[in-house]
Amino acid sequence: MKRILAAAVTYAALGALAFAFAAPVAMMVAGSLKPDERVLVEAGTAAAFFPAGASLQNYADVFARTEFHRFFFNSLFITGSIVVSGLLVNSLAAYAFARLQWRGRDLCFNLVLAIMILPFETIAVPLFYGISIFGLRDTYTAQILPFIANAFSIVLFYTFFVGLPRELEEAARLDGAGTLRIFFSIIAPNAKPVFASAAILSFLMWWGAYLWPMMVTIGPAKRPLPVAIASFYTLPPLQWGDILAFGVMMVAPVLLVFLIFQRGFVRGVAASAVKG
Amino acid sequence: MSRRPGFGNQTPIALLLAGPALAGLFLFYLIPFLTALLLAFTNLRLGSPLPVTFVGLTQFRRIFTDPDFLHAVANTLTFAAAVVPLQTLLALGLALLVNRGLRGTVIFRTLFFMPVVFPMSLVAVVWILIYAPGPGGMMNAGIDLLTGGWWTARDFLRDPLLALPSIMLLSIWQGTGFQMVILLAGLQGIPESLYEAAALDGAGAWQCFRHVTLPQLRRPIAFVMFVTTILAFRLFDQVQIMTRGGPDNATTTVMYETVQAVFARQQVSRASAMTVVFFVLVLGVTWIQRRLSHRGQEAS
Repeated sequence: MKRILAAAVTYAALGALAFAFAAPVAMMVAGSLKPDERVLVEAGTAAAFFPAGASLQNYADVFARTEFHRFFFNSLFITGSIVVSGLLVNSLAAYAFARLQWRGRDLCFNLVLAIMILPFETIAVPLFYGISIFGLRDTYTAQILPFIANAFSIVLFYTFFVGLPRELEEAARLDGAGTLRIFFSIIAPNAKPVFASAAILSFLMWWGAYLWPMMVTIGPAKRPLPVAIASFYTLPPLQWGDILAFGVMMVAPVLLVFLIFQRGFVRGVAASAVKG
Repeated sequence: MSRRPGFGNQTPIALLLAGPALAGLFLFYLIPFLTALLLAFTNLRLGSPLPVTFVGLTQFRRIFTDPDFLHAVANTLTFAAAVVPLQTLLALGLALLVNRGLRGTVIFRTLFFMPVVFPMSLVAVVWILIYAPGPGGMMNAGIDLLTGGWWTARDFLRDPLLALPSIMLLSIWQGTGFQMVILLAGLQGIPESLYEAAALDGAGAWQCFRHVTLPQLRRPIAFVMFVTTILAFRLFDQVQIMTRGGPDNATTTVMYETVQAVFARQQVSRASAMTVVFFVLVLGVTWIQRRLSHRGQEAS
């Protein structure tokens, strides 16, 4: 009896909290399917969560009123470039720190550890100044290149590589395999979880990044989604249905990947605590 | 047995592997950071015809006598002081609820984590709608329902008292799932034998929590509090999109003022001085965290 009661209380608490966490998302999806004028009118009623007579008109309007496809491509290209080149560059560096003997290694690694505590905000202003001097504002380069090398990512890989058994490589080294060969054919295949963690964390970070692209982009040509939705919100006339449809399309791909690879996501995020 | 290749042998290949990353960190982190330290002591303005000169501590004197900047520092600290404990407590609560192993808890875990994948700019725009003024707004109607009609509708984002707490709420909504996942991993790492031993000693549920769970979660809790503090200091997106620092400077932050200095007044040097202040805040919190985690290691 006591157990059933405890379970009931737990479920009640979980249910109430789940409603609070899901309500904004449900409202967003439902609102995106409603005629614009009804979104705000029904926001305070239960109808906020149910789109009666749903239509995709708002989605069509987003494409008519903005260059959504361009913003989406920009986000995908920028984030994809950072993630893919970041995985390569940072994992190779981490391997050199974890397994190779070289002059200056400890000094460089301490530098990486020091840079890791610098949030991006501490360099935003001078980096912006430099980007302006070199005439790189409003380019993809300015949005990709500075963020490929990442101290946190290096440390994440390093922690994992250090934990791999040395025997894995010793045999291959005795067979005369070179360092690069060992990395790509032995280390990388054994380090899939950490590659997934690094990819997920860096993807989430840059898909949602707002401050930097807001600073360096000028027109819509190189604008990514987070900046685009903020400026779409200020574009008159204020049509909530369209804005919510924009939002749904912006988050849907990430949400879909998250729902499919849930366990990987959760594990990836939990892995960020390694350094703690 | 196995011959380790000598020092000189591996240095070229190591530099090849680590080179690109080191070059990137050097060029895009170290140099800009040192530049910020340098620029903070100059009078640099973008597009100004005046020659750049060293002005010593003038920029720091200016920002620390500027009531707007002091207000922004106070807002940033208030935001962190409220969000960090509230969010950590909520995340701990969620992790404990989800960890009870009841049927269907995976669905709840998914729901609580879901906001983490939402870009903050999207969250900010959606919550502008949630905070819509008038009794028909979602938040107003919701509070009205919960208080049984006692609530008079407020304009959350234009109310000097409510604007900052409103931004806190959506930040907590977006960030809690991240912390929950880390605490959950911590909870699942606690050996079952500790609870069995406690049960043998006749410990109740509360005593188990107090003397087994909490001490075992010390490190993950310290970690999430540290990360959340840094995130709180960085507060910018929500403010820029929802309130532009208003009403009456109620929601300005250090980062908001910094970006304003660059864009509204082209004052790169002033913004650099603010960056240095921001860095000192981050450094302070990092130092405290290191001290605490070292002490924790000695104790355990």
